[in-house]
Amino acid sequence: MNAFRQLQNAERLKLLKKILKKTIMKSDIILSGVGGQGILSIAAIIGLAAIENNLFLKQSEVHGMSQRGGDVQSHLRLSDKPVSSDLIPYGKADLIISVEPMESLRYLPWLSKTGWLVTNSTPFINIPDYPPIEEILNEIRKIKNHKIVDADALAKDAGSSRAGNMVILGTASPYIDMPFSSLEDSVRKLFGKKGDEIVKINLKALKAGRNA
Amino acid sequence: MGIYYKIMQKILLLGDESIAQGALDAGLSGMYAYPGTPSTEIMEYIQASGEAAEREIHRFWSANEKTALEAALGMSYAGKRAMVAMKHVGLNVAADPFVNAAVTGINGGLIVVAADDPSMHSSQNEQDSRFYGKFSFVPVFEPSNQQEAYDMVFDAFHLSEKYRIPVLFRITTRLAHSRAAVERKPAEPEKAFHLPSDPRQFVLLPAIARKKYKALLSTYESLKYDNSLSKYNIFRDGKNRKLGIITCGIAYNYLMENFQDKGLDIPILKITAYPFPKDLISDLTGRCEEILVLEEGYPFVEEALRGILDNNLKILGRLDGAVPREGELNPSLVAKAVGLKAEPFHKVPAIVRSRPPSFCKGCGHSDTFNAVIEALKPYKSNGVFSDIGCYTLAALPPYNIITSCVDMGASVTMAIGAADAGLYPSVAVIGDSTFTHSGMTGLLDAVIKESPVTIIISDNLTTGMTGGQKSHATGRLKRICEGIGVAPEHVRVIVPLRKNHGENVRIMQEEFNYRGVSVIISERECIQTASKRRKAEAS
Repeated sequence: MNAFRQLQNAERLKLLKKILKKTIMKSDIILSGVGGQGILSIAAIIGLAAIENNLFLKQSEVHGMSQRGGDVQSHLRLSDKPVSSDLIPYGKADLIISVEPMESLRYLPWLSKTGWLVTNSTPFINIPDYPPIEEILNEIRKIKNHKIVDADALAKDAGSSRAGNMVILGTASPYIDMPFSSLEDSVRKLFGKKGDEIVKINLKALKAGRNA
Repeated sequence: MGIYYKIMQKILLLGDESIAQGALDAGLSGMYAYPGTPSTEIMEYIQASGEAAEREIHRFWSANEKTALEAALGMSYAGKRAMVAMKHVGLNVAADPFVNAAVTGINGGLIVVAADDPSMHSSQNEQDSRFYGKFSFVPVFEPSNQQEAYDMVFDAFHLSEKYRIPVLFRITTRLAHSRAAVERKPAEPEKAFHLPSDPRQFVLLPAIARKKYKALLSTYESLKYDNSLSKYNIFRDGKNRKLGIITCGIAYNYLMENFQDKGLDIPILKITAYPFPKDLISDLTGRCEEILVLEEGYPFVEEALRGILDNNLKILGRLDGAVPREGELNPSLVAKAVGLKAEPFHKVPAIVRSRPPSFCKGCGHSDTFNAVIEALKPYKSNGVFSDIGCYTLAALPPYNIITSCVDMGASVTMAIGAADAGLYPSVAVIGDSTFTHSGMTGLLDAVIKESPVTIIISDNLTTGMTGGQKSHATGRLKRICEGIGVAPEHVRVIVPLRKNHGENVRIMQEEFNYRGVSVIISERECIQTASKRRKAEAS
């Protein structure tokens, strides 16, 4: 504030205009998958990055019984203004990030007309009536803005089949209004305790997803 | 538990964690709870807190919600601040001490947190704990966001001590399990040990109870005018006065979500503390033709507003269909109620199949049920009574073997009653933690009456469904059952593994054929806690 007071009027005006011109930042994200696939780690990484970028956020999670192999989702809302609702309204999500292809379709009512759907192509089959994967992928292709990535394969290449969630986050990262480097920083922070090797693998997976 | 980090004194916390951190900062000395979604993370946060360890705050799980609340009342008796947390149905278990603690009153501040589960994400019903507040003449806080939840804990302790009354915190799943940044306040010191000045305060003999009850009724009246409650009920006037809106708890967020870009020029009363703010409600109803009530759970405020006889005011809410009668609210439902459009653009394709939760691969419960199913084959049986835990999933295909799941411990006692009526074999399957929560007393009934029942305790050495909390039963079940009076030769221990299947079926059938009380302890560690334990041991 003191620095602002020392500026000349013309400079002040210029600065204020710049601030006002800045577009409003808002990212409403649905994360989806099957219990145990690591969607909460994705949420934690985006959340950490959001805090670093001085954004407001609310993130609603599923705990309890559904975590036992059932469908799970998380609503993640970032904004440069305070966020009211913990839940995203229907038709307002900017992005669906899904670690499982059929699960990406379950939350379509939340996706906006211009929103992006980013999903893994590898199905997680733990029910007897799982539909043929081609039919699932065809439904996904009907969404105008979609990206399908074989996260399991890319994760294996990066060094761990468990890093599929980081691949998907990497693929979705261009549609999240934050610098890629701050997502990388969050990966370092979140996995730091688990050792350098784990950090390296997850960063590699994130990058592979970004370039996919 | 909890990824949390400091950014300019702000930390990112779940609603549950905000309450826990609030209590730690507000001078908590004892935390008591039994795990139950969506309340579990309150205790887990305090158990994981380095500060709580340093201050030696009491933070162990209790056998059930009743013992938890009574122990918390005991800490309050000794002058210290205590908190007890449970899911909404847990308050049914703890209802006896809860209602009576309002009459005894407290010494050190006492907060009871009840986490309701509208839409029944992980519960048997969607009961609304605010009724317990009114029923017991206890003030209720219903925070609308994480920051309020944190701040209210301080006021709740102050209010509790000022009026010497317990305070109820009512939250719902959505707040309990949603994260946001919370700003901490300067901490308050813990209270010193001091016994109640009136030695008869906690003695509810009728002659004393009558006086205390009278005092409680008058306290409840004065609460309505206390600032630490009333400051949480906010009336905001508007020029467009055709419709006025009352929101309770998090319903306020859903309303504001819909007017973020539009501006809202109608009178709104935001209620987050009870007893009802009568003056503010009459301010609102006095100037509007119609009132819309938005509240999570039952139509608690709406029913009170309508009264028994119709009045001239037009009231919209859950009772007239403006908002669905049951289930959780969301921004889209609220949009519809205020006449805004909230239609999805995409639909869920028909190809999407439901994916219910299921047993983890290699779970001991599934081996137990496979044996039960085969053991029952020679008998005319439609299944087994069961209880509340992961094992309830055996009600679903391919098992379809469970015929009841009602409340904690009910499998044992329902098996007794059905055996009384002639059911044979009458079999109950109950988890280890559920058994020590509320199954043991039922087993004593069976022993005294010599009921022909077989109780199978599916012992996974943990409280599994809520995430693997320590179970009171671990290592004690055999001795407990023998101590209650089950004949030692009819307390059998088996290991639910595929290689033991034939043997386990044989043992079950032997006990079904015995016309007295038998217990089969089917013991194998939960694979989730086992893998966590192995990881912890390796590092």
